[in-house]
Amino acid sequence: MKLDAKVPSGPLADKWDKHRFEMKLVNPANKRKFSAIVVGSGLAGAAGAASLAELGYNVSCFCYQDSPRRAHSIAAQGGINASKNYQNDGDSTWRLFYDTVKGGDFRSREANVYRLAQVANNIIDQCVAQGVPFAREYGGLLANRSFGGAQVSRTFYARGQTGQQLLLGAYSSLSRQIGQGQVKMYPRTEMLDLVVVDGRARGIVVRDMVTGKISSHAADAVVLATGGYGNVFYLATYAKGCNGTAAYRSYKKGAAFANPCFTQIHPTCIPVSGEYQSKLTLMSESLRNDGRIWVPKNRDDNRAAGDIPENERDYYLERKYPSFGNLAPRDISSRSAKEVVDDGRGVGETGVGVYLDFADAIKRLGKDVIEERYGNLFQMYERITGEDPYTVPMRIYPASHYTMGGLWVDYNLESTIPGLFVAGEANFSDHGANRLGASALMQGLADGYFVVPYTLGDHFVRAGVSDVTTDHPEFKKVEQEVQERMKKLLSINGKRSPDTFHRALGKIMWEYCGMGRNEAGLKKALQEIPALREEFWQDLKVMGTNEELNQQLELAGRVADFLEIGEVMCYDALTRAESCGAHFREEFQTEEGEALRNDKDFCYVSAWEYQGDGKEPALHKEPLVFENVELSTRSYK
Amino acid sequence: MNLTLYVWRQKNADDKGRMEKYEARDINHHMSFLEMLDVVNEGLIQQGTEPIAFDHDCREGICGTCSLMINGRAHGPEMATTVCQLHMRHFKDGDTIYIEPWRARAFPVLKDLVVDRSAFDRIMQAGGFVSINAGGAPDANALPIAKKDADTAMDAAACIGCGACVASCKNASAMLFVAAKVSQFASLPQGHAERKQRVEKMVAQMDREGFGNCTNYYECEAACPKEISVKFIAMMNREYLMATVTR
Ligand SMILES: Cc1cc2nc3c(=O)[nH]c(=O)nc-3n(C[C@H](O)[C@H](O)[C@H](O)COP(=O)(O)OP(=O)(O)OC[C@H]3O[C@@H](n4cnc5c(N)ncnc54)[C@H](O)[C@@H]3O)c2cc1C
Ligand code: FES
Repeated sequence: MKLDAKVPSGPLADKWDKHRFEMKLVNPANKRKFSAIVVGSGLAGAAGAASLAELGYNVSCFCYQDSPRRAHSIAAQGGINASKNYQNDGDSTWRLFYDTVKGGDFRSREANVYRLAQVANNIIDQCVAQGVPFAREYGGLLANRSFGGAQVSRTFYARGQTGQQLLLGAYSSLSRQIGQGQVKMYPRTEMLDLVVVDGRARGIVVRDMVTGKISSHAADAVVLATGGYGNVFYLATYAKGCNGTAAYRSYKKGAAFANPCFTQIHPTCIPVSGEYQSKLTLMSESLRNDGRIWVPKNRDDNRAAGDIPENERDYYLERKYPSFGNLAPRDISSRSAKEVVDDGRGVGETGVGVYLDFADAIKRLGKDVIEERYGNLFQMYERITGEDPYTVPMRIYPASHYTMGGLWVDYNLESTIPGLFVAGEANFSDHGANRLGASALMQGLADGYFVVPYTLGDHFVRAGVSDVTTDHPEFKKVEQEVQERMKKLLSINGKRSPDTFHRALGKIMWEYCGMGRNEAGLKKALQEIPALREEFWQDLKVMGTNEELNQQLELAGRVADFLEIGEVMCYDALTRAESCGAHFREEFQTEEGEALRNDKDFCYVSAWEYQGDGKEPALHKEPLVFENVELSTRSYK
Repeated sequence: MNLTLYVWRQKNADDKGRMEKYEARDINHHMSFLEMLDVVNEGLIQQGTEPIAFDHDCREGICGTCSLMINGRAHGPEMATTVCQLHMRHFKDGDTIYIEPWRARAFPVLKDLVVDRSAFDRIMQAGGFVSINAGGAPDANALPIAKKDADTAMDAAACIGCGACVASCKNASAMLFVAAKVSQFASLPQGHAERKQRVEKMVAQMDREGFGNCTNYYECEAACPKEISVKFIAMMNREYLMATVTR
């Protein structure tokens, strides 16, 4: 497998311009001859499908929800970054670029990140023009807030529902194209495999989730915008349906899987309350702007928060990172929470949590201001926990939240399978080993509105109209395989539901490949996961048939893939014998417990190639070359 | 706590459907309503009964997927709460709970508690957008918008498209849903160029989908998990009137 990032030559700031000039254009009269499949209708997918259709290409778009408007992007709360410098606080494209590279602990590709920072401003313009109701100041101009990992105020937001508003904006553009017949939308349709003919992606095989019908779709290019695989941990902030299936099946067809072990654990989620827990709810990180994080100084201090005097509290982030304090990046913040909990100083019934306290902010700013800023988040917290955060501090704890890893893509967002493009969280491209807050929405929309529409055009011209239709034997073969797989899942007739396997896998992953990792643990996981997988294929119980709406069957298929994804993650975590960003290998830390990066041996993207079931995948390396920023030790002290 | 559930079971769109009785045992009051159903389903699977199908995804009150009538109320007894955010602490040991799907002509049942709400998408496709293509938008701050107007637009835009308004309305009217979208765009200068066509097209599509008329019961506002105000219905009526008289 050859990894050619296809980064254009020339100065960093000119690369994208130059590349856009060099890319081939499709003659307007010919655009209707080309077709694209877009899998996913989140920010990346909806933006991509709408923009491709606006250009005149024929687009088919797929999502598993009953409506494209419900994609997981809808849940993002905090905001979206851009370097507009509206606040006059010294922001610039370069600073946004630098912060993102540094935040990613120098494990991302410079050129991609720079392009992201460049197009970020266009995204805000685009969204405002669509009627996205961003927060505004009294003067009528857009408001900004600050977010973890940055010292400038560059985050645009729409109350605590930024993802919802951005997605509804993209969905409105998509709806317009569906209404005009330029996009054919397939909701409640799950992609179950990719079809590759003569080394080029030609289409997909899907299952209609209402009737169970398995069918094929062919096109000149396939764009995966299927989101992240963070539900591998079972308990996560993801929507329940989020899955790794589309990306993983494509991996099995030859797409390299990059940096699978780079998964982000978000510091501010509502802690687990019991065994029945089905998901974890995020409290937007923007809360860290005004909330102060602390635990008691003494172990096993069971007093109520209010009864613990100031001098017996440990505001550990402010203590350890005086310049960033409560705004330290996510990985650092999460790990610090785990440290104090492991030290026996956690709070709440289970002892697995830390306080996020607004008492000072309420005193300083008044309850009204806090309510205006975070009202809906406070309401959500109260609804879930039954506690009032205006009077008692919130309890928070880290949870799986985002996957920086994903399918490997080059500068054009094309995977190692020609004709297969990957956008949004599903690719690995921009966040290195750790993503900064408010950067995922930015990346999803950048990929969808401003990158894929150009690079796909170039692909169309170079590759020409595909002459492979769904009548091709390869489509029939893959359809057959998908049918067989459904049959197999339904016929095991064991005793355990898919959910129980998923929970069991989640425990293994959280324990051995979560916030802290070490060689012994990862090796253990690499024994436990295959054993669990074996049990899955022997003892799974899925009722009903394929030819109906069957939620257990859907789940079983996804869990089967998670049981393999987890293993690839562990291989990756094991070979990356350094700590960087969210990947914390306990053997590699400074005396003060900070991540110890090893640029000499690990300054590369790991790209894994499938070698067959039960075989260890092959590791390929894309060296990361930094020509514009100096590799430094990340310090937020 | 222990509960008795009566749940709507319907094999598919053609099946007639019926209520079935189930016992929910050892339910913890911290569970969400859907987690309670997960536990019941796990029990059903063990017994060899097909689990209850219900729609859900984000489980945090924002995607609008979950959609259950609980004791005759859309999303259950709590105000401003989707059923995924409803917690069992609002129920008592020994309670009997009736669980049904959204019922409306325009939302046919697909299975058990799962309905087809694609009519909402088609209304959006008819006119729920500002017609601009990607690229070429002016600078975001080129046009100041009064905070009051931006806030009104945001109040309307908070709709999650769950359909509780339709399910709770005697006439199965979609007025609140459509009004929220129309009002969002009517409050912002970006929406002005197309405001007349937009409201006319969306209302026409709403009628085609078989939603009923609004006769001002305002059950929709009471059921709305995002507390979308019926004042938007008045706003849409004005928009509609203006569009039709100045046609
Ligand atoms: C609670 C929460 C809060 C967040 N807050 C922020 C924030 O404030 N700022 C920020 O920048 N980022 C935030 N993020 C991260 C950000 O929301 C996501 O990374 C981003 O929205 C992902 O967008 P996407 O388009 O790549 O994928 P998604 O929105 O996940 O969409 C995936 C799409 O793929 C479809 N799909 C998946 N699998 C299949 C399949 N097999 N077949 C067919 N369709 C399929 C789905 O139906 C869906 O339409 C947050 C994330 C969470 C969980
Ligand atoms: S499941 Fe998303 S709103 Fe309830």
